[in-house]
Amino acid sequence: MKFLRNLLDKPKGLFEKGGKLEKLYPFYEAGDTFLFTPGEVTEGCSHVRDGIDLKRTMITVVMALTPCILMALYNTGLQANLALAKIDPSLLVGWRYDVLAALGIGYDASSIVANMVHGALYFFPVFIVCNMVGGLWESLFAVVRKHEINEGFLVTGMLFPLILPANIPLWQVAVGISFGVVIGKEVFGGTGKNILNPALTARVFLFFAYPMQITGEIWVPVESALLATIDGYSGATALAVAAAPNGGLAAVQGLSDGYWMQAFLGFIPGSMGETSTLACLFGAGFLIMTGIGSWRIMLSTAIGMFVTSFAFNAMYNAGITTNPMFSLTPQWHFVLGSFAFATVFMATDPVSASMTTTGKWIYGFGIGCIGIIVRSANPAYPEGWMLAILFMNVFAPLIDYFVMTANIRRRTRKYELAQ
Amino acid sequence: MSNENSVKNVLFGPVFDRNPIALQILGICSALAVTTKLQTSFTMCGAVIFVLAFSNASVSLIRHHIPSSIRIIVQMTIIASLVIIADQFLKAYMYDVSKELSVFVGLIITNCIVMGRAEAYAMKNNVTMSFIDGIGNGLGYSLILIIVAAFREFFGSGSLMGHSMMTLSTDGGWYVANGLMLLPPSAFFLIGLFIWALRSWKTDQVEAE
Repeated sequence: MKFLRNLLDKPKGLFEKGGKLEKLYPFYEAGDTFLFTPGEVTEGCSHVRDGIDLKRTMITVVMALTPCILMALYNTGLQANLALAKIDPSLLVGWRYDVLAALGIGYDASSIVANMVHGALYFFPVFIVCNMVGGLWESLFAVVRKHEINEGFLVTGMLFPLILPANIPLWQVAVGISFGVVIGKEVFGGTGKNILNPALTARVFLFFAYPMQITGEIWVPVESALLATIDGYSGATALAVAAAPNGGLAAVQGLSDGYWMQAFLGFIPGSMGETSTLACLFGAGFLIMTGIGSWRIMLSTAIGMFVTSFAFNAMYNAGITTNPMFSLTPQWHFVLGSFAFATVFMATDPVSASMTTTGKWIYGFGIGCIGIIVRSANPAYPEGWMLAILFMNVFAPLIDYFVMTANIRRRTRKYELAQ
Repeated sequence: MSNENSVKNVLFGPVFDRNPIALQILGICSALAVTTKLQTSFTMCGAVIFVLAFSNASVSLIRHHIPSSIRIIVQMTIIASLVIIADQFLKAYMYDVSKELSVFVGLIITNCIVMGRAEAYAMKNNVTMSFIDGIGNGLGYSLILIIVAAFREFFGSGSLMGHSMMTLSTDGGWYVANGLMLLPPSAFFLIGLFIWALRSWKTDQVEAE
């Protein structure tokens, strides 16, 4: 420990004001505070003694994501191997297959190791590109703007790969995260000042810029030409199946026996990290227990989702059967698509969510309603949480403003009455 | 800045120093709507420069005879007549482009720049200078439109002025077209980035907090 401290202290002069490498101070600072607790204490009037700081908050979120990451590795591999089982192995060309062959790991969908390794070959390239490119922008702005390199990016860099399809081209990952970090965060002044969730900003950019690679039948990580050789196998998500003209609840249930449970556990096609509702629930428990994630937002989002989907389902049962999506009951909406992931990890982003307690209820409920409306009522988008959360992100400050003015008004009235 | 009313200042000032879109944030609507292709933008710019220059000149010509209480209506009448001329001209000689521009030529009448210059400059200055001011502001508007359109057409369709520059992946090439560039919000981002660049260069344009 002492050795490490000395190693860090020695070149300190170089990076401080007037030193040769003054401009690179953010890098030095980042390395130093990553390894050691900063020695600075609060100056000025506010003194809160608490072990928590930005760094610990962000690390906690990353820890809460662990179940989702493991599921991302396993399920990506599982989906690939399930499809490959029906394809002639001699047709497989690509570096991933070469690596798997060199390691002597086959395409056995029942083997956990085979699935994990296969999944890792999809997940880690995306993860590495995302963090390298995003980190580059982050440090560039830190040097030019002279602010610290923030750990906020760690979470963004972790979340973004999890909400992408495994097949996404790596250059799109780079373009997307660049947009997310620069337009979603840095133009507003960096971590803590952004109005939108940077990871979702990055994804929404890809969603509108390159819809071919992020929507449709691309969710099984096998080349689409190969996938087409299998009869009756498509790379569509269950939501797309439900939204199809002759879809609806029956079509989703018909995908396989016990599909609800499969969807709950996360063994279905989808974005890498968000298929498993169970893994997200573990994450939610951890975030609520540590006090990092707001349970109010999670609960109100769930309530909004249940109320809206229940209303749509009631309409369907009452005879409005033109939209097959309306036949999905709330418990199906709960497990399909990215509802759980978005609610637990995206909606609760403390920077872009509402700050006031009442505001959080309104904010979450709004996300739940709008998410289901986009998912069910809009035939063009089978999934709606990304758009719903970004939409409510924009409104979060307004909600807070109204909550605060209402509070001020109420207290003024009380004061007047007391007079 | 030398003489505030010198021809050079009136003509080129609005291009960078007092750009109607970047500094005054006027005329954004059409900047979003007509910038998916360079050709339509050039046509639009031509039409706006024409309307701006002649409306400024005409308003200036009769500025001493316009009763102050109805000046807006008088200005509107002049602008509307010029817009109709521009619209009819495009329909007669450039029918295809005019069809793509659809209502946006007609909507020049609601372009805040035209009205703003008539009210702010032409009502107080002589005919020649007003005419030059109209051209200058039209150039400022055109600069942004053409930059935005060049980016949007290049990245959105891989071409410039309709000539293919990068072979699209849909035609067997390497470039995957960026669909966002064809949607109006991309113009917002581009204008925002342009304003960012401009204000980093000319720091006196940054508003005081």
